[in-house]
Amino acid sequence: MFSFILKRLAVAIPTLLLLIIISFLLMHAAPGGPFTQERALPPQVLANLEAKYGLDQPLWRQLASYVWGIVAHFDFGPSFIYKDRTVNEIIAQGFPVTLTYGTVSFVIAIIVGIGLGVAAAIRHNSWLDYLAVGISIGAQVLPNFVMAPLLLLTFTWWLRWLPGGGWEHGQWEYMVMPVIALSTSYMASIARLTRASMLEVLTSNHIRTARAKGLPEHKVILRHALKPALLPVLSYLGPAFVAMVTGSVVVDFFFSTGGIGRSFVDSALNRDYAVMLGITILVGALTILFNLIVDILYGWIDPKIRY
Amino acid sequence: MMNKLLLTTVLSVGLALPAVAAQVQPGETLAENQEYTYWLLDAIKSMDPQINTDTEGSGVLRALFEGLYNEDQVGGLVPGVALSHDLSEDKTVYTFHLRDNAKWSNGDPVTAGDFVYAWKRLADPKTASEYAWYMELMQVKNASKIIAGEAPVDDLGVKAIDDHTLEVTIEAPLPYFPKMLTHASVFPVNQKAIEAGGDKWTEPGNLVGNGAYILKEHVLGEKVVMERNPMYWDDEHTILTKVTALTINDENAALTRYLAGELDRTQIPAGQYPRLKEEYPDQAISVPQSCSYIYMFNVDKAKGPAALQDVRVRKALSYAIDRDIIVNNILQGGQAPSYNWTHAATEGFKLPEIDYAKWTQEERTAKAKELLAEAGFGPDNPLKLTLNYNTSEAHKKIAIAVQQFWKGVGVDLTLNNMEWKVHTDKMQNQDFEVARYAWCGDYNEASTYLDLFTSYSGHNNGKFLSERYDELMKESKTAADPNPMYTEAEQILADEMPMAPIYQYTKVEMVKPDMRGLGLNNLMQNWYLKDMYRVAN
Repeated sequence: MFSFILKRLAVAIPTLLLLIIISFLLMHAAPGGPFTQERALPPQVLANLEAKYGLDQPLWRQLASYVWGIVAHFDFGPSFIYKDRTVNEIIAQGFPVTLTYGTVSFVIAIIVGIGLGVAAAIRHNSWLDYLAVGISIGAQVLPNFVMAPLLLLTFTWWLRWLPGGGWEHGQWEYMVMPVIALSTSYMASIARLTRASMLEVLTSNHIRTARAKGLPEHKVILRHALKPALLPVLSYLGPAFVAMVTGSVVVDFFFSTGGIGRSFVDSALNRDYAVMLGITILVGALTILFNLIVDILYGWIDPKIRY
Repeated sequence: MMNKLLLTTVLSVGLALPAVAAQVQPGETLAENQEYTYWLLDAIKSMDPQINTDTEGSGVLRALFEGLYNEDQVGGLVPGVALSHDLSEDKTVYTFHLRDNAKWSNGDPVTAGDFVYAWKRLADPKTASEYAWYMELMQVKNASKIIAGEAPVDDLGVKAIDDHTLEVTIEAPLPYFPKMLTHASVFPVNQKAIEAGGDKWTEPGNLVGNGAYILKEHVLGEKVVMERNPMYWDDEHTILTKVTALTINDENAALTRYLAGELDRTQIPAGQYPRLKEEYPDQAISVPQSCSYIYMFNVDKAKGPAALQDVRVRKALSYAIDRDIIVNNILQGGQAPSYNWTHAATEGFKLPEIDYAKWTQEERTAKAKELLAEAGFGPDNPLKLTLNYNTSEAHKKIAIAVQQFWKGVGVDLTLNNMEWKVHTDKMQNQDFEVARYAWCGDYNEASTYLDLFTSYSGHNNGKFLSERYDELMKESKTAADPNPMYTEAEQILADEMPMAPIYQYTKVEMVKPDMRGLGLNNLMQNWYLKDMYRVAN
């Protein structure tokens, strides 16, 4: 087990490096640069800017000094657009925000999603099943860019229950709408995955045995069915968690949370190279980490899996 | 011998009233609540006057800092840190007399030296300001050489005669020079605060300004909070106590929050003005704004399409556009259909007689068909063109409408939607045929528009070339009254049609009815928080 983890971590470093190189090259291949603007800068002004940010250097050197900055000083460089801030500062401000509403959304999506899925499976083809499937399909087909304005209209404009946006250091009333908007479709996916997998498990031999030996139904479900049924759900949860904690453009966009999801898209559109790379690395590193955690959890849930 | 040219209007206003502060009208009672919250489309990029580049940032900077002059409710100049100026006989040396009671938020006096420091900082290649070119535009002596690294920064034509006298030398007379002084990039900054704070000097707590407000909070993508600066020389006449600017990237979300009472001012999304005007007649407003929307033709001999070399084709394309449909049915925000380049409300500017502006659309369309036929295009040889535009709902709708208008005269237009940076990059490399473009004036004077179509302008993306036009624009810089030259230049644009004008902007907004002093009739839409207040309903 320990050597498995070590091996995976050792592979992570070249993976991240490759990610950096590819993103870096793709970014520079896109037309325009951070200082391309409607009012073209006079050549001399542009030259001064490029000199200041090292953009006049050959690409390989820019890349090398960027990677060196990270390795030696954990410095992800300056923002070319938000010039008062460094990438470290932008991430330090935005990531805690998305991490907070992302984690809350994740927990809610799991609890509600698994609950719905299990309920639907054990009452297969009953009204409860149809209701649960109905809810999860509804939640899935309602994209969050439709849901966000609907929430805003309902809770802010019509009912006046909740503030329409902002973060205010994570007070709960500012978190309600972002969490609903973000968690709904994940919850729906989890519910449907759980239901399908649960249905399959419930027809398997060991469940029949458990029932045959007279175990009460709730014990059959909780002790024998749920654990194996969660395996396919688990492989979905790793990447889902990363996607949720690194934020959602739509949520940040509509609810002005100041989260990192907006910065990600913003930096790509602005050609804010360092910010974009910084967030890419963050997402990459988290993805690697959570895939590893999921693999470890596999071993715990399914004794047949050994590393 | 100095020719004393006082800003007469400035002084008469200045002496009669509490200078430039919020001017509560007789009969108005102030509301108890003097807090104000307004909408920002985007996060503020920098709180550093010499680094900031966008208009939203400038709005905040006008509250945190104060330049030599401010603008009043209609855009006229009023004293800021400077009370008045003298101009030398050859019109190249300005001597500004600064007020002696202006203070920084840390209590230091604001001196001429602070302006010298800021202006040098703007031009200094080490600062690498994107607005360094503004110093060149102002023609401050040696600015170009300094930016190019060919002269030391200390050669800049700006010096402090004493603490309250600032002397600026410009390379050639520039009639609108004083108007350029309200721009945020030439606001003073506090050397001590910058040196102490380093890269972090613009953070709340570190930022030292000389404006009516101080920065309390700045959360990227969420909000900016400002409170009164008790050190401001006219704090006594400033009324709003706390101002919050909320970043809301989606204008529809912003409108919902406005209607829920969370904002006092926000933009109305395209097409929603008529409905809101009916529902909230005292809140929905539409006022002229100094920006012009056009379709630029690529007339570059090497890179542009051959057909666009023909002036008849360019005219036909422009004639065929039904601007009334665009402003009345698509934008619906009181925008003005446009047949010329400079915003018509620009101060002192007189439009030439532009023939096709007065025709009916039927006449225009008929003429367009005729011109295209003359140029050799017709049903069996249709003109094929591509239009580039950047992603936006309104740009798309206009593009589709124009595609239809042009189809009506036998032009086959392919629409090419692209991301903003790609669009800009292609335009600046003449890699386009027809492209959407817009320009907003830097100051309230026609040259801010007309300079763009000179052959030596860095923004002339379509590479329009007219020797007479260049001549006129050069002459206008030293003319006692440049306006006739502007009129002639505008006539050349109508005759040569290097672009098709489409509409002139209005600012279409929702504003709470108890807000006053917003400067809505200032064409540049430069407002000052220190002038605003709320009245009791």
